Amino acid sequence: MKVLYFAWLRQRIGTGEETLDLPEGISNAGELMDWLKSKGPGYEQAFQNADAVKIAVNQTFGSRETPVATNDEVAFFPPVTGG
Amino acid sequence: MSVSVQAEDFDVGVELAAMTDGKVSIGGVCSFVGLVRDMNDGSGVGAMTLEHYPGMTERMLEEIEAEAHRRWPLEASRIIHRHGRLEPGDRIVLVATASPHRLAAFEACHFLIDWLKTKAPFWKAEELAEGGTRWVDARQGDDEAAAKWQ
Repeated sequence: MKVLYFAWLRQRIGTGEETLDLPEGISNAGELMDWLKSKGPGYEQAFQNADAVKIAVNQTFGSRETPVATNDEVAFFPPVTGG
Repeated sequence: MSVSVQAEDFDVGVELAAMTDGKVSIGGVCSFVGLVRDMNDGSGVGAMTLEHYPGMTERMLEEIEAEAHRRWPLEASRIIHRHGRLEPGDRIVLVATASPHRLAAFEACHFLIDWLKTKAPFWKAEELAEGGTRWVDARQGDDEAAAKWQ
Protein backbone atom coordinates (compact mmCIF):
# COMPACT_ATOMS: atom_id res chain seq x y z
CA MET A 1 0.00 0.00 0.00
CA LYS A 2 1.17 3.52 -0.75
CA VAL A 3 0.88 6.03 2.09
CA LEU A 4 1.31 9.76 1.42
CA TYR A 5 1.80 12.69 3.81
CA PHE A 6 1.48 16.38 3.03
CA ALA A 7 2.34 19.74 4.60
CA TRP A 8 3.16 19.56 8.34
CA LEU A 9 2.48 15.83 8.49
CA ARG A 10 5.17 15.31 5.84
CA GLN A 11 7.58 17.53 7.76
CA ARG A 12 7.02 15.82 11.10
CA ILE A 13 7.24 12.31 9.67
CA GLY A 14 10.23 13.20 7.51
CA THR A 15 8.96 11.71 4.27
CA GLY A 16 6.14 12.41 1.84
CA GLU A 17 5.60 8.87 0.66
CA GLU A 18 6.21 5.31 1.77
CA THR A 19 5.21 1.84 0.68
CA LEU A 20 3.92 -0.46 3.41
CA ASP A 21 2.65 -3.98 3.73
CA LEU A 22 -0.84 -3.62 5.13
CA PRO A 23 -0.44 -4.64 8.78
CA GLU A 24 -2.58 -7.56 9.87
CA GLY A 25 -5.90 -6.71 11.47
CA ILE A 26 -6.13 -3.25 9.91
CA SER A 27 -9.21 -2.70 7.81
CA ASN A 28 -9.88 1.04 7.79
CA ALA A 29 -8.03 4.36 7.60
CA GLY A 30 -8.49 5.11 11.30
CA GLU A 31 -6.86 1.86 12.34
CA LEU A 32 -4.02 2.54 9.91
CA MET A 33 -3.55 5.99 11.44
CA ASP A 34 -3.43 4.56 14.95
CA TRP A 35 -0.88 1.94 13.84
CA LEU A 36 1.29 4.55 12.08
CA LYS A 37 1.26 6.68 15.22
CA SER A 38 3.24 3.97 17.03
CA LYS A 39 5.99 3.87 14.36
CA GLY A 40 8.14 6.57 15.92
CA PRO A 41 8.29 10.03 17.53
CA GLY A 42 7.76 11.88 14.23
CA TYR A 43 4.65 9.83 13.48
CA GLU A 44 3.39 10.30 17.02
CA GLN A 45 3.80 14.06 16.68
CA ALA A 46 2.13 14.10 13.26
CA PHE A 47 -0.91 12.16 14.42
CA GLN A 48 -1.19 13.44 18.01
CA ASN A 49 -4.21 15.60 17.14
CA ALA A 50 -6.14 13.10 15.04
CA ASP A 51 -9.06 15.49 14.57
CA ALA A 52 -6.79 17.84 12.60
CA VAL A 53 -5.83 15.13 10.11
CA LYS A 54 -7.79 14.68 6.89
CA ILE A 55 -7.84 11.37 5.05
CA ALA A 56 -8.06 10.47 1.37
CA VAL A 57 -8.25 6.91 0.06
CA ASN A 58 -7.43 6.48 -3.63
CA GLN A 59 -7.53 10.28 -4.06
CA THR A 60 -11.07 10.62 -2.69
CA PHE A 61 -11.87 12.24 0.66
CA GLY A 62 -12.64 9.66 3.30
CA SER A 63 -12.87 9.28 7.06
CA ARG A 64 -11.49 7.03 9.78
CA GLU A 65 -14.14 4.48 8.78
CA THR A 66 -13.14 4.29 5.10
CA PRO A 67 -11.94 0.74 4.31
CA VAL A 68 -8.32 0.31 3.19
CA ALA A 69 -6.79 -2.65 1.34
CA THR A 70 -3.39 -3.76 0.08
CA ASN A 71 -3.33 -1.90 -3.23
CA ASP A 72 -4.81 1.36 -1.99
CA GLU A 73 -3.22 4.79 -1.93
CA VAL A 74 -3.93 6.40 1.44
CA ALA A 75 -3.07 10.04 2.14
CA PHE A 76 -3.00 11.99 5.43
CA PHE A 77 -2.90 15.77 5.45
CA PRO A 78 -4.05 18.92 7.30
CA PRO A 79 -7.21 20.83 6.33
CA VAL A 80 -6.63 22.33 2.88
CA THR A 81 -5.70 26.01 2.40
CA GLY A 82 -5.66 26.66 -1.34
CA GLY A 83 -7.34 29.39 -3.36
CA MET B 1 -14.43 22.81 -19.09
CA SER B 2 -10.74 22.97 -18.39
CA VAL B 3 -8.51 22.61 -15.32
CA SER B 4 -4.79 23.36 -15.02
CA VAL B 5 -2.46 22.96 -12.04
CA GLN B 6 0.79 24.66 -12.88
CA ALA B 7 3.83 26.50 -11.50
CA GLU B 8 3.73 29.10 -14.29
CA ASP B 9 1.84 32.39 -14.17
CA PHE B 10 -1.20 32.91 -16.41
CA ASP B 11 -2.56 35.79 -18.46
CA VAL B 12 -6.19 36.43 -17.50
CA GLY B 13 -7.05 38.15 -20.79
CA VAL B 14 -5.60 35.32 -22.87
CA GLU B 15 -7.43 32.73 -20.77
CA LEU B 16 -10.80 34.46 -21.00
CA ALA B 17 -10.42 34.96 -24.74
CA ALA B 18 -9.56 31.29 -25.23
CA MET B 19 -12.48 30.21 -23.04
CA THR B 20 -15.06 32.14 -25.04
CA ASP B 21 -13.51 31.79 -28.51
CA GLY B 22 -16.17 30.83 -31.07
CA LYS B 23 -18.93 30.39 -28.47
CA VAL B 24 -21.40 33.05 -29.54
CA SER B 25 -24.14 31.84 -27.16
CA ILE B 26 -22.15 33.32 -24.26
CA GLY B 27 -23.64 36.54 -22.97
CA GLY B 28 -21.56 37.02 -19.82
CA VAL B 29 -18.22 36.04 -18.35
CA CYS B 30 -17.35 36.20 -14.66
CA SER B 31 -13.84 35.70 -13.29
CA PHE B 32 -12.17 35.57 -9.90
CA VAL B 33 -8.40 36.01 -9.54
CA GLY B 34 -6.74 35.21 -6.20
CA LEU B 35 -3.49 37.02 -5.32
CA VAL B 36 -0.83 36.53 -2.64
CA ARG B 37 -1.36 39.06 0.17
CA ASP B 38 1.53 40.59 2.09
CA MET B 39 -0.19 40.18 5.48
CA ASN B 40 -1.90 37.22 7.12
CA ASP B 41 -3.08 37.00 10.74
CA GLY B 42 -1.11 40.10 11.65
CA SER B 43 2.30 38.89 10.43
CA GLY B 44 4.15 40.21 7.40
CA VAL B 45 4.49 37.55 4.74
CA GLY B 46 7.46 37.59 2.37
CA ALA B 47 6.45 34.77 0.07
CA MET B 48 4.67 31.45 0.25
CA THR B 49 5.06 27.97 -1.13
CA LEU B 50 1.99 26.06 -2.24
CA GLU B 51 2.18 22.30 -1.89
CA HIS B 52 -0.45 20.06 -3.46
CA TYR B 53 -1.41 16.44 -4.01
CA PRO B 54 -0.70 15.72 -7.68
CA GLY B 55 -3.45 13.59 -9.13
CA MET B 56 -6.03 14.24 -6.45
CA THR B 57 -5.80 18.00 -7.03
CA GLU B 58 -6.73 17.73 -10.70
CA ARG B 59 -9.42 15.20 -9.89
CA MET B 60 -11.04 17.40 -7.23
CA LEU B 61 -10.93 20.51 -9.44
CA GLU B 62 -12.56 18.56 -12.29
CA GLU B 63 -15.27 17.28 -9.92
CA ILE B 64 -15.98 20.77 -8.62
CA GLU B 65 -16.10 22.15 -12.15
CA ALA B 66 -18.48 19.37 -13.25
CA GLU B 67 -20.71 20.14 -10.25
CA ALA B 68 -20.92 23.80 -11.32
CA HIS B 69 -22.00 22.69 -14.80
CA ARG B 70 -24.70 20.48 -13.27
CA ARG B 71 -26.06 23.37 -11.19
CA TRP B 72 -25.89 26.24 -13.68
CA PRO B 73 -26.34 26.54 -17.46
CA LEU B 74 -22.69 27.28 -18.23
CA GLU B 75 -21.29 27.48 -21.73
CA ALA B 76 -17.66 27.36 -20.59
CA SER B 77 -15.43 27.43 -17.52
CA ARG B 78 -11.75 27.58 -16.66
CA ILE B 79 -9.83 26.85 -13.45
CA ILE B 80 -6.09 27.47 -13.06
CA HIS B 81 -4.33 26.97 -9.73
CA ARG B 82 -0.63 27.57 -9.28
CA HIS B 83 1.76 25.71 -6.99
CA GLY B 84 5.35 26.31 -5.90
CA ARG B 85 6.85 29.52 -4.50
CA LEU B 86 4.84 32.72 -4.97
CA GLU B 87 5.48 36.29 -3.84
CA PRO B 88 3.07 39.01 -2.66
CA GLY B 89 1.12 40.32 -5.63
CA ASP B 90 1.49 37.10 -7.62
CA ARG B 91 -1.61 35.47 -9.06
CA ILE B 92 -2.48 32.15 -7.35
CA VAL B 93 -5.79 31.11 -8.82
CA LEU B 94 -8.18 31.87 -11.68
CA VAL B 95 -11.79 30.76 -11.75
CA ALA B 96 -13.83 31.84 -14.77
CA THR B 97 -17.34 30.99 -15.92
CA ALA B 98 -19.39 31.88 -18.99
CA SER B 99 -23.12 31.58 -19.57
CA PRO B 100 -25.85 33.10 -21.74
CA HIS B 101 -26.94 35.36 -18.85
CA ARG B 102 -24.93 36.97 -16.07
CA LEU B 103 -26.58 35.48 -12.99
CA ALA B 104 -25.44 31.91 -13.69
CA ALA B 105 -21.90 33.11 -14.42
CA PHE B 106 -21.72 35.15 -11.18
CA GLU B 107 -23.15 32.38 -9.00
CA ALA B 108 -21.12 29.57 -10.54
CA CYS B 109 -17.89 31.58 -10.20
CA HIS B 110 -18.64 32.28 -6.53
CA PHE B 111 -19.49 28.61 -5.94
CA LEU B 112 -16.30 27.40 -7.63
CA ILE B 113 -13.92 29.51 -5.55
CA ASP B 114 -15.79 28.71 -2.31
CA TRP B 115 -15.70 24.97 -2.94
CA LEU B 116 -12.15 25.01 -4.29
CA LYS B 117 -10.91 26.57 -1.06
CA THR B 118 -12.25 23.71 1.07
CA LYS B 119 -11.95 20.73 -1.30
CA ALA B 120 -8.83 21.11 -3.45
CA PRO B 121 -5.76 19.61 -1.71
CA PHE B 122 -3.40 22.60 -1.54
CA TRP B 123 -1.46 23.79 1.49
CA LYS B 124 0.24 27.16 1.94
CA ALA B 125 3.48 27.60 3.87
CA GLU B 126 4.24 31.28 4.49
CA GLU B 127 7.73 32.72 4.82
CA LEU B 128 7.52 35.14 7.74
CA ALA B 129 9.20 38.55 7.62
CA GLU B 130 10.88 37.78 10.97
CA GLY B 131 12.27 34.52 9.53
CA GLY B 132 11.02 30.96 9.40
CA THR B 133 7.90 29.54 7.82
CA ARG B 134 4.38 28.88 9.04
CA TRP B 135 1.69 26.58 7.66
CA VAL B 136 -1.45 28.58 7.06
CA ASP B 137 -4.39 27.38 9.15
CA ALA B 138 -7.70 26.62 7.48
CA ARG B 139 -10.29 29.32 8.16
CA GLN B 140 -13.66 28.54 9.63
CA GLY B 141 -15.09 31.27 7.41
CA ASP B 142 -14.05 29.26 4.35
CA ASP B 143 -15.96 26.22 5.62
CA GLU B 144 -19.01 28.37 6.26
CA ALA B 145 -18.76 29.93 2.79
CA ALA B 146 -18.56 26.46 1.20
CA ALA B 147 -21.41 25.09 3.33
CA LYS B 148 -23.90 27.63 2.04
CA TRP B 149 -23.70 25.93 -1.40
CA GLN B 150 -24.55 22.46 -0.07
